[in-house]
Amino acid sequence: MKPFSYLALLGFAASLSGTPAMAEQPADFINQFSAEAKQVNAGFSGFSAERGKAFFTSTHGNDWSCASCHTQNPLAEGKHTVTSKIIQPLSPNANSERFTNPAKVEKWFKRNCNDVLKRACTAQEKGDVLTYLLSVKS
Amino acid sequence: MQGFKLTLAATMALLSGGLSITSAMADDDVKRPRTPPDPTYVQECGACHAPFPAKGLSTASWQAVLAGLDQHFGTDASVEPKPLEQIRAYLAANARSKDTLADGKPALRITETSWFTREHSRVLAKTLALPQVKTASNCAACHTRAAEGRYSEQDIHVPKAGETP
Repeated sequence: MKPFSYLALLGFAASLSGTPAMAEQPADFINQFSAEAKQVNAGFSGFSAERGKAFFTSTHGNDWSCASCHTQNPLAEGKHTVTSKIIQPLSPNANSERFTNPAKVEKWFKRNCNDVLKRACTAQEKGDVLTYLLSVKS
Repeated sequence: MQGFKLTLAATMALLSGGLSITSAMADDDVKRPRTPPDPTYVQECGACHAPFPAKGLSTASWQAVLAGLDQHFGTDASVEPKPLEQIRAYLAANARSKDTLADGKPALRITETSWFTREHSRVLAKTLALPQVKTASNCAACHTRAAEGRYSEQDIHVPKAGETP
């Protein structure tokens, strides 16, 4: 093959690995949050289910916690604390649709972190929470 | 001829069964929408509560609701621009043609409209305090197919005290 073609092939392969993959499994989101957390904090040392659980059940000084709607058991159905609407289980271990759609994950973190914390969640917090959700087994 | 016209009008009014022909037709549109609700509307506006019938509010009311989604009755319900425009178009095309006013301004809550009060005040007096009902906006407590946007009389089940869902 001509050198130019080799270069083109290499470039193509490099672009493939560099493209942000359409995250489709919870593990992909862990990787994404990990990369984001590292960018913000050079001392990033990974995620913790215990920290995630504490975060999930705390009201952070306001009226609601994540558990207010999603309950203390992410394997169970939740219920909207105001409207009583049933919410499907949040843990991917009970609901295979959770953490498979990037747009959906971003939308709900944006809305619900605003509701609970009155601010956006950090990548560290998102990763801790997802790690907790993945750790709960029936 | 005058007598005949009067009789015809009276008969039609009787047959329509409502306070006026137009309001009866509009309420039928709430119970039996001609088309299923827009999927984007159901997804974005039916996640935290039942997807309320588009015919429940006037276009002016819906516009007011959509203008304040980041502070939607105490929560952040913001929607991305593209789906928002789809929702806006769906609601405008299917909204109630009469005004829905509360305190002289476009009502933000279906539960504050006169048509809703007319239909629900009796049953809510009996059921609102039940834990499985709790709020007048909890349509699914009685309207078993509210999640699909269907509010037909035949799908209604009014819960009683002590009943498990």
